[in-house]
Amino acid sequence: MAKKNRLKDLSFGQRIYITEILKGLRLTLKNMFLPKFTMQYPEVKFDPPASYRGRPVLAMEENGQERCVACGLCSRVCPALAIEVQAAETENEKERYPVKFEINMLRCIFCGFCEEVCPEEAILMSKDYELAFTNRADAIYGKDKLLTPVSKLQDRINFVRQFK
Amino acid sequence: MGILELIIVSLIKIIVIAVVMLLTVSYLVYFERKIAAWAQNRIGPNRVGPAGIFQPFADVLKLLLKEDIVPTAANKYMHTLAPMIALFVAFSTFAVLPIGPSFTAFGKVFSFVVADVNIGILYVLALTSVGVYAITFSGWSSGSKYSLLGGIRSSAQMISYEISMGFSVAGVILLAESLRPIAIVNAQSGWMWNIVLQPIGFITFLVSAFAETNRLPFDLPEAEPELVGGYHTEYSSMKFAAFFLSEYANMIISSALIVTLYLGGWQIPYLEMLKLPAGWVVTLQVVAFILKLIFIMFFFIWVRWSIPRFRYDQLMNIGWKVMFPLSLLNLLWVAILAMIL
Repeated sequence: MAKKNRLKDLSFGQRIYITEILKGLRLTLKNMFLPKFTMQYPEVKFDPPASYRGRPVLAMEENGQERCVACGLCSRVCPALAIEVQAAETENEKERYPVKFEINMLRCIFCGFCEEVCPEEAILMSKDYELAFTNRADAIYGKDKLLTPVSKLQDRINFVRQFK
Repeated sequence: MGILELIIVSLIKIIVIAVVMLLTVSYLVYFERKIAAWAQNRIGPNRVGPAGIFQPFADVLKLLLKEDIVPTAANKYMHTLAPMIALFVAFSTFAVLPIGPSFTAFGKVFSFVVADVNIGILYVLALTSVGVYAITFSGWSSGSKYSLLGGIRSSAQMISYEISMGFSVAGVILLAESLRPIAIVNAQSGWMWNIVLQPIGFITFLVSAFAETNRLPFDLPEAEPELVGGYHTEYSSMKFAAFFLSEYANMIISSALIVTLYLGGWQIPYLEMLKLPAGWVVTLQVVAFILKLIFIMFFFIWVRWSIPRFRYDQLMNIGWKVMFPLSLLNLLWVAILAMIL
């Protein structure tokens, strides 16, 4: 469309407003009958794409063990200081594992640095976005809440391998 | 009719009108939200009851339970008086506007109007002018700069647009040769609607009606981005609800006034050719009035979600340099028309 935005450039029809107002009215009337975009949330849930950064979780192998080797890089890189890791030795091949792995969900800013820095693909951003707590203690997620089977995270793992 | 009978009939009419007005106002708010949502490709309120039908009641309950705050800097009496004036004006104006023709039942003549006043249109104009006081008082007495600015803007705006409104109405009165609303409607029988006879007058009146009711695109008194809430910034609870109600009630009254003055009131062209029984004719005519009213109210909401707000200088320019001369031109045109007809 031609750039006509000064009063002196307007034609008589545009100056008397009425035709332009009718154009605007026609547009809104047309939109009233177009399909709606609203997602009726509690009934219909949003299924995020793989690039979605939801709640960070720890990947759990089929044998029930976490991938994490408790190197502490995620804890170091976390800008909000939300992650706390305590390492211990184990008889397994990987030799180290986290005794304690806590993410304070009140602090987490969902930046995804932990996932980016992780050498083992152990911490990943899930698609979980329903995070509501009734008290502060509930907001600190321990290993019991963080461990998620790898099968459920395959989408994100593929995404991370492609773009990291 | 005896005096007692008159009082009883009038009381019934008043109660019916008041209840219908309150219900219409609450559902107007609901439809405002619904239409806004539709225009923006959303669904709108749909949680309270089926399709959100009971949303207005939830809103009113919420407002009733809110704390009523009067600022310390406010003039308490004026602060309380302002919403009362607003409500009073909004609800008393409808008294003179006829919904349907008079009919005979049980050997007596009834009319669909609370008070058939011979200066009805003057009464409406006078009361809407009193409505300016509500907004000016609320702005001044709140002791807040935003309220004050909103109130001042509103009084300037309403006074400016009252002139073009008055001149547009003068055109209608000139053709009907009466100030009585029923006579004005009767003068528009058939296709002699004033919107056909004086389209310029219709447009000036419509624009002035938008300005008088403080609706977008003329809602400068409560321009949210500049003035927080405008004149009702410092109001809460039911006092705020009173302003809210009166705004929507004013919308109904303006719509009814537009229908009465320009869209032929309850008239349906060529209805007499169908030769229906009298009862049917009256019912159809009342339905016609209500349908016209609903269309104009829909138009009010529709315009609100289509057109952005005017700047203050643009508002004054349109009011004084466009609407005022146009309404004078219309008056001239009607004077010529009255000589020919």
